[in-house]
Amino acid sequence: MRYSGWQVLAQGITGNRGWRPAWRDTAPKPAYDIVIIGGGGHGLATAHYLAKRHGLTNVAVLEKGYLGGGNVGRNTTIVRANYGLPGNSEFYSHSLKLWEGLEQDLNYNVMHSQRGVINLFHSDGQRDAAARRGNMMIAQGDDAILLDRDGCREILPYLDYDQTRFPIYGGLYHPRGGTARHDAVAWGFARAADRRGVDLIQNCEVTGIDIENGRVTGVQTTRGSIRARKVGIVVAGRSSQVAAMAGMRLPIESHILQAFVTEGLKPVIDHVVTYGMGHFYISQSDKGGLVFGGDLDFYASYAARGNLPMAEHVVEAAMTLMPVIGQARMLRSWGGIMDMSPDGSPIIDKTHVEGLYLNCGWCYGGFKAVPGSGDCFAHLIATGQPHPAATRYRLDRFATGHGLMDEEGTGSQHNLH
Amino acid sequence: MLIPCPQCGPRDIREFTCKGHETYMHRPSPAAPPEAWDDHLHNRDNPAGPTREMWHHVAGCGAWLVVERNTVTHAVTGAMLAREVAR
Amino acid sequence: MRVSSTWQGESAASVTFTFNGQRVTGRAGDTVASALLANDIRLVGRSFKYHRPRGILTAGSEEPNALVTVGTGPDRMPNVRATVQEIYQGLEVVSQNHIGPLHRDLMAVNDVLHPFLGAGFYYKTFMWPRSFWERVYEPLIRRAAGLGALSGEAGGATSEKAYAFCDVLVIGAGITGIMAALTAAEAGADVILAEDAMVAGGQTGPQDGQIGDLAAGDWSQTRLDQLRAIPNVRVMLRTAVTGVYDDGSFAALERTGLHLPPGPDLPRETFWRIRAKQAVLATGALERPIAFPGNDRPGIMMTSAIATYAERFGVVPGRRIAVFATCDHAHRTIAALARQQGFSKLTVIDPRPDAVALGDYRLIAGAEVIGTRGRLGLREITIRKGGTEQRLEADCLGLSGGWNPSVHLTCHLGARPVWDEARAMFLPAPGAVPGLHPAGACNGTLSVAGCLREGQAAALTALRAMGRKPRAPALPDASDDPGRGRTLWAVAAKGRAWLDFANDVTTKDVKQAAQEGFTSVEHMKRYTTQGMAPDQGKSSNIGALAILADATGRTISTTGTTTFRPPFVPVTLKAMGAGAEGKGFAPERLTTSHAATLARGAPMIEAGLWYRPSYFPAKGETTWQQSCDREVRMVRATVGVVDVSTLGKIEIMGQDAGAFLDFLYTNTFSTLPVGRARYGLMLREDGHVMDDGTSARLAPEHFVMTTTTAAAGQVMAHMEFTAQALRPDLDVRFLSVTEQWAQFSVAGPLSRELMNSVLDDPIDDTAFPFMGCGAVKVHGIPARLFRISFSGERAYEIAVPARYGDALYRDLVARAEVLGGGAYGMEALNVLRLEKGFITHAEIHGRVTAFDIGMQGMLSGKKDFIGKAAAGRPGLLDPARERLVGLKPVDPDGVLTAGARLFKPEDPPEARNDQGYVTSVGQSPNLGHMIALAFLRHGPEREGHEIMMIDALRGIRTKVEVVPPVFFDREGGRARG
Repeated sequence: MRYSGWQVLAQGITGNRGWRPAWRDTAPKPAYDIVIIGGGGHGLATAHYLAKRHGLTNVAVLEKGYLGGGNVGRNTTIVRANYGLPGNSEFYSHSLKLWEGLEQDLNYNVMHSQRGVINLFHSDGQRDAAARRGNMMIAQGDDAILLDRDGCREILPYLDYDQTRFPIYGGLYHPRGGTARHDAVAWGFARAADRRGVDLIQNCEVTGIDIENGRVTGVQTTRGSIRARKVGIVVAGRSSQVAAMAGMRLPIESHILQAFVTEGLKPVIDHVVTYGMGHFYISQSDKGGLVFGGDLDFYASYAARGNLPMAEHVVEAAMTLMPVIGQARMLRSWGGIMDMSPDGSPIIDKTHVEGLYLNCGWCYGGFKAVPGSGDCFAHLIATGQPHPAATRYRLDRFATGHGLMDEEGTGSQHNLH
Repeated sequence: MLIPCPQCGPRDIREFTCKGHETYMHRPSPAAPPEAWDDHLHNRDNPAGPTREMWHHVAGCGAWLVVERNTVTHAVTGAMLAREVAR
Repeated sequence: MRVSSTWQGESAASVTFTFNGQRVTGRAGDTVASALLANDIRLVGRSFKYHRPRGILTAGSEEPNALVTVGTGPDRMPNVRATVQEIYQGLEVVSQNHIGPLHRDLMAVNDVLHPFLGAGFYYKTFMWPRSFWERVYEPLIRRAAGLGALSGEAGGATSEKAYAFCDVLVIGAGITGIMAALTAAEAGADVILAEDAMVAGGQTGPQDGQIGDLAAGDWSQTRLDQLRAIPNVRVMLRTAVTGVYDDGSFAALERTGLHLPPGPDLPRETFWRIRAKQAVLATGALERPIAFPGNDRPGIMMTSAIATYAERFGVVPGRRIAVFATCDHAHRTIAALARQQGFSKLTVIDPRPDAVALGDYRLIAGAEVIGTRGRLGLREITIRKGGTEQRLEADCLGLSGGWNPSVHLTCHLGARPVWDEARAMFLPAPGAVPGLHPAGACNGTLSVAGCLREGQAAALTALRAMGRKPRAPALPDASDDPGRGRTLWAVAAKGRAWLDFANDVTTKDVKQAAQEGFTSVEHMKRYTTQGMAPDQGKSSNIGALAILADATGRTISTTGTTTFRPPFVPVTLKAMGAGAEGKGFAPERLTTSHAATLARGAPMIEAGLWYRPSYFPAKGETTWQQSCDREVRMVRATVGVVDVSTLGKIEIMGQDAGAFLDFLYTNTFSTLPVGRARYGLMLREDGHVMDDGTSARLAPEHFVMTTTTAAAGQVMAHMEFTAQALRPDLDVRFLSVTEQWAQFSVAGPLSRELMNSVLDDPIDDTAFPFMGCGAVKVHGIPARLFRISFSGERAYEIAVPARYGDALYRDLVARAEVLGGGAYGMEALNVLRLEKGFITHAEIHGRVTAFDIGMQGMLSGKKDFIGKAAAGRPGLLDPARERLVGLKPVDPDGVLTAGARLFKPEDPPEARNDQGYVTSVGQSPNLGHMIALAFLRHGPEREGHEIMMIDALRGIRTKVEVVPPVFFDREGGRARG
């Protein structure tokens, strides 16, 4: 069933009784060409691009819970391509281009909205770093504008320019950045992959990876064993556990990132705004809630919930930067489990097991990466070669020191990115 | 969370920073092979369950602690002075 | 209709406020909701999506419908529950989310279009043409969405944050909580009793008979008075516990002053961080609505709310009241109400054929409400009994579908509630929160005696867990009959039946979600937005999942629930972030020279938490560049003074102090003679540069280290880690003394002359050669002198105890001025160091190795040090890395900018051709052109080459020559003297 305004009208007139399931509820077959472990955004996107770009449809996506139940369903929905280092720069540029046609590609309104991202800076040094990044973005073919204080005041008139602790010097404006409706991204990829014949199997937890003579042969699951010629692991939040099934010990530590939403409000914040002197970023959803987040809770955790000190820090940053939102009320907070890597950048690579591929380490930047990650991971699985936009996401870079992508320059400590 | 600092008693996490797994205090010898250093700096068991971590009582007595903690429940089951663990 | 004008037994003053500009008179103690009902105002707001007329559903913070905007100016608060906000004289209340007047909302057209606006319709359309999403569709949606509006003003009355500590936190002051608090208090425990409402007592009322000698409704107040008299008890009314965190940590929001006009003496709200050893959860239960067509009209409310308005506020919310009830509890309530003034024509509709009237009201048993009428408020209901339908005039309809225990807080650590099939309730999972003991209605216990019993038992458990041995006093006599009930989630009838009133989610939406494959409860929630409104589905979530379970042929137990997450009630950002507005966000660190610096008119800039002078404008100077140029020339020609106290200063002592520094730094310090300082480079264990600075040896076992301003804290923590965790074998102690010493750099050819004018004993180059250090006296004060230079000139840093800093700075600057010099600021300091190619954190930004900055030679091969192994990784020694160089414009007028990228002149400026970037630039008044430090692929190998610097952001392209990073006095003779 193709979605369109006419379809909505036609169904509405006939009592909305004709809507079909967005995807089939399938039981696993005994064997597939490719099994993707993980039915989150990245896994579903991988399935979609395997089918669409490579014609590979004898594919199953195995999800231990419900589709899109991981970080794709609990984030601050920001989409951007404003990185400064080779590797990330070309990858996120590629991903953003995929976002820009995603609704039409998926026939699903993921509400990708290019409302612009502004990274504020608060010192000459921060301005220089922002300029370095902005110039890299332009060199990559993306868009960046360096705003001074007055330029910020013009488009962000509601910030505190007079009393705030760390004055606003300006901002790096990325007009093509923005937000998307996070759940819809998972559902859109799921539905598109399903329509091309991919089996999406929920409530199917992988309990083992079968390896014979250095080659992957399938997986063990709570719904039986499934043979596969190739297996892709894309399970942010559980990467270490699943990789351990194949004898791997990853450069990953799991941490909690909290995010928050307020009650619905009439429009007040048009862009995505990030603070440069504390961890705080904010946008307003189409429903009217202010969606904002901050930094990690700093300790390793799988609990998918945060603690108060970081939540307070985030709100305090909001109050010094934009006290006009002081009367808004926090409605809900949540925590996602982040795969923190030693340089803050992800891994899309082969493994020591033939036919076993790994996609992990997205830290807290995974949402905007969904289409790009799916495309690049599909390319790697289908062709055995890295996608040109993801050649630097190697697993061995930490051992060799070649091509580290430590955007924040905080070093190899996992929780500092 | 409350961290039971051996010197100060149970104190709020606001007083602490966390560096990461206890691995950090078991530094390979200078002559160790590159793989040992890669493991030391980057690779982690990353357990979903009990773990041992380096915490710094930075806004307290300044002690570095090895804290036993569960990454699923957040239950803290013990803390020792890193200085004593290292000996 | 008001039938009694007393408040808590006393006659209450009348209070006038406005609702949508209309004057409304209530009485002291009223909420906005009770006052509106007393004045027969039923229409209070509009629903989110269909803009349906909505009234007041509840009498508490769970209210989904009656959201209003209160207050004016910066104190205006949107989305306030009319059921919680207390009135005060002059309060301004307006309804929200409508275009045009409330009773004629233009957006109500959405209600007509409802067939096309069902669950998830927006995912299926608005996709063509592509550019229309941002330009047309989304702006329309955004304007229509949202509820209340912020004022757009900052400031206003303030809120506060506070900490509290107790042995036992009791959450909820209904009979359960009061019993728990009494038990804990009598055992001598420190108790905090927190209650969301403005009064204690919860749902207990005349329907509950007697507790001991007292009427059940009076028992709570009597006991609360008793509790208040106990010194170890703190009763906090108007305080909602909003979140449960680890190890007995709770968040709570107190409406400290929201019930009074904004004023200077009382915070509006207080955000509490409560640390409790044990806690009792006594949050009660919320009455469950029933879904049937048209169940959302103004006038339809929970039966418990009718009782609350009657008992607490003396308000009868209708003239002809009907109640649709499925449980005995509602019958008891109605029977009690029927005895009161104003409740004469009561009708109860009960689907149970065997229901029995318990008092003086009309009972229609075996019947259901299947429809309602009344455009802006309920006028009539349709009742179906057997095969026949009848209409009944009613302006108020109570709903009683049973009770949902308020288990929310038990879920905040991740536990899921457990479905109890027999009681048809979700109950707290056992041990859901360590140390939190659920009791009473939130634990599924509905009888009065059961609540008292559980409240006491929970307190006793808590006390025992703390190692106390409490006695259990006898409980008062009370009814032990919870009553029976039947579960009825939705009435089978044609038409839209609401589940989530706030977000306009109907049973049809849930069924459609299931039909479209959104069968997981999380999928259903997210697809329909069920439970995502301000009330977070407190009344509706369980009904919705029951409908989902039915639609998917599963049980409620296997369908499961979504997660309850903090906060339990929404928390005002102003309260949670109280104190952080303006400068309050972070401490301000001031040097001892701050006042003198301000007096000289220097603009201050932030350096981390510190403030430092940017430049010192002299007479006639109109730009910072003029001042900077003058200050640079001044230092090169005569002498300048700058406060360098912000640099980290760490005293290091012990017989292994030298060995410790050898392990921290890449180079060797143990061989440093006493009386000498040395530049040191510090790596992170991952082989990248962490920081640099000088360390001086004052005595064989005494060093003093300086760090950069930016990395002072990081270095100190790193040293603590190294000493405690890696090298406890070393005998070394150290302490940060950054704030104990004021330190000034005196730089320039006349610096020794200036120093000698303040030192008690003059120095010469033999006693203080370049990189010499030692103890001196300045004006009789013991001080430390270091001959180190960050400017390339002969320079000294003089350190005195901080209390002398102000005086010494003023003295040094005055004396410098006599010599033709003066104070200089950060701009000049930056140019001076750039001319010398000295690096700062602009260069050592965290991704840089010693190899990159040309300091590979400082990595000692003779010893182990932190970062040594990782710095040897091949990728960190690749000649193609971006490495430090100097740049100068080929055309002397060429402009250099920090952040620009570097390309080969022949290459298109695309990312794949990127060769590096500029980190620092300055105009060198000594050289007459701009200079820059940059990182360039193969850097030093390309000295003499021409490169294109491109700053696309600022539209600048400058051809530059690659030069060594030292621009001035390459041999260093000026500093050595």
